[in-house]
Amino acid sequence: MEDAASRVKDGDIVAAGGCLFSRTPMALVREVLRQRRRGLTLVRNLMCTEGEFMMVAGAVDRVVTAWMSIGLPWGVSKIMREYVEGAKVALEEWSHLALGLRFRAAAMGVPFLPTLTMLGSDLVSVGGMKTVQDPFTGQTLGAVPALFPDVALLHVHRADRFGNCQIDGYPHMDADIARAATTVLVTAEEIVPEEEIRRHPDRTIVPGFLVDALTLVPFGSFPHECYGLYEADYDHFEGYTTAINAQGSRAVVDYLDRYVYAPASFVDYLDLFGGERLARQQRCARELT
Amino acid sequence: MGSRQLKDDTTVFAGVGVPLLAAALAQQRHAPQLTMVIEGGIIGPRIKPGRLPISTNEMRAAHQAQMLPGITDTFLFAQRGFLDYGFMGGAQIDQYGNINTSVLGSDYWRPKVRLPGTGGANDIASLCKEVIILTAHEKRRFIKRVDFVTSPGWIDGDGSRGKAGLIFGGVSRVVTTLGVFGFEPESRRMRVEKLHPGVTLDTVRENTGFELLVADQVGITEPPSSDELDMLRALDPERRFLG
Repeated sequence: MEDAASRVKDGDIVAAGGCLFSRTPMALVREVLRQRRRGLTLVRNLMCTEGEFMMVAGAVDRVVTAWMSIGLPWGVSKIMREYVEGAKVALEEWSHLALGLRFRAAAMGVPFLPTLTMLGSDLVSVGGMKTVQDPFTGQTLGAVPALFPDVALLHVHRADRFGNCQIDGYPHMDADIARAATTVLVTAEEIVPEEEIRRHPDRTIVPGFLVDALTLVPFGSFPHECYGLYEADYDHFEGYTTAINAQGSRAVVDYLDRYVYAPASFVDYLDLFGGERLARQQRCARELT
Repeated sequence: MGSRQLKDDTTVFAGVGVPLLAAALAQQRHAPQLTMVIEGGIIGPRIKPGRLPISTNEMRAAHQAQMLPGITDTFLFAQRGFLDYGFMGGAQIDQYGNINTSVLGSDYWRPKVRLPGTGGANDIASLCKEVIILTAHEKRRFIKRVDFVTSPGWIDGDGSRGKAGLIFGGVSRVVTTLGVFGFEPESRRMRVEKLHPGVTLDTVRENTGFELLVADQVGITEPPSSDELDMLRALDPERRFLG
């Protein structure tokens, strides 16, 4: 893990896979924080607790996203408000599709893609979307620039030793992010024999030749979810946001000490939640999928 | 009330929370062939009663889905014109149905209040054929001009939406805690179309920060039936979104 995460350098544009509290590369995020990176730009289509951690740890100057908070029951992120209203971190907002198309353009190896979204809104001036004329009909279209991250952080269900990755359930934007990024770091719930990947090649979403480092990390998204394997731990979010409501970003400083900096390994980190909690979240996932 | 706007055998892009609850109710009540599309990359789920999703991309939102195509491709179904309805909420709304969920204040980079952002709301407002907004009716929400247009309604009135390059779609209805509102076809300004039982025009005006037009005939909405209320309570027993 240390070796994989050491490929993230200060000032890098880092894209995280998954979406909100689904298949977040939590083990990789945790390791990047432990290595005290600075000046990062974090890109994630819907940003959740990992964005708050990076803000409070001082790892990011800028975040690029369509939405940031945890979820409706917990209201607007107080951490985001503190850091963005205080201009300590810039939040560059794109529509969800526009951000997806920025990854898609990079994944396709083209400098921009035309789109019909985001036109006429005030979002146009935030991230610098432009308009182009269709050379065939003259129609006005939005043009979103390709986004090439320096590093992609992804968590997947299974991979073989060559880095061929398979994802169950919703694939989010991971396939495009892997193609768009210069360096791709992956954690997997399971490392399987090559033959197992070859038996279901239609399930492979990232080919091994894109992947620079692969680490086996069961529960690598926890307390966020991994489709079919474990549900997000809403009780944990409840405790986390209750502490923030009482103490502001001080609560996140304490949280980082307890969950990021103190536990030396990811197994030590999972021990803080306890086996019973992990088993409960696994049962919840089985009931839903 | 929102759920009754949805016809059977159509597609609806539903935002999480009340919009999704309303779509799930429509699916149970009168529109069994309504296909819900959810921005986490989910097509045709059946929401499990008592397990309402908190977000648009989690197993609860994907329960018994028909397809999980990935987020970008899900939105591209809307860009291609396959989504009949967009169903969404909003922090601030103005007389042209523009919505702000980004920032309060005049400086985007130094906002007075930073809100969560568009998520897929801008895309839903830009790309669905008919957009229906569900929101609480409060003076601080219903303002003459939003601080920031996150999701375009009719922008500055007739014509500006199309001129910006949005070649189809637009807001048709705003369903609030006081009534149902539409837009006058010429000026595209919001107008009162129906009031909930017991609500007067004066109450609506007191709770609206701009001058509302009034349709020639203002109807009265039919209150939720006991069946509808039972279904809603079964879907959301913890009253996370029903309030």
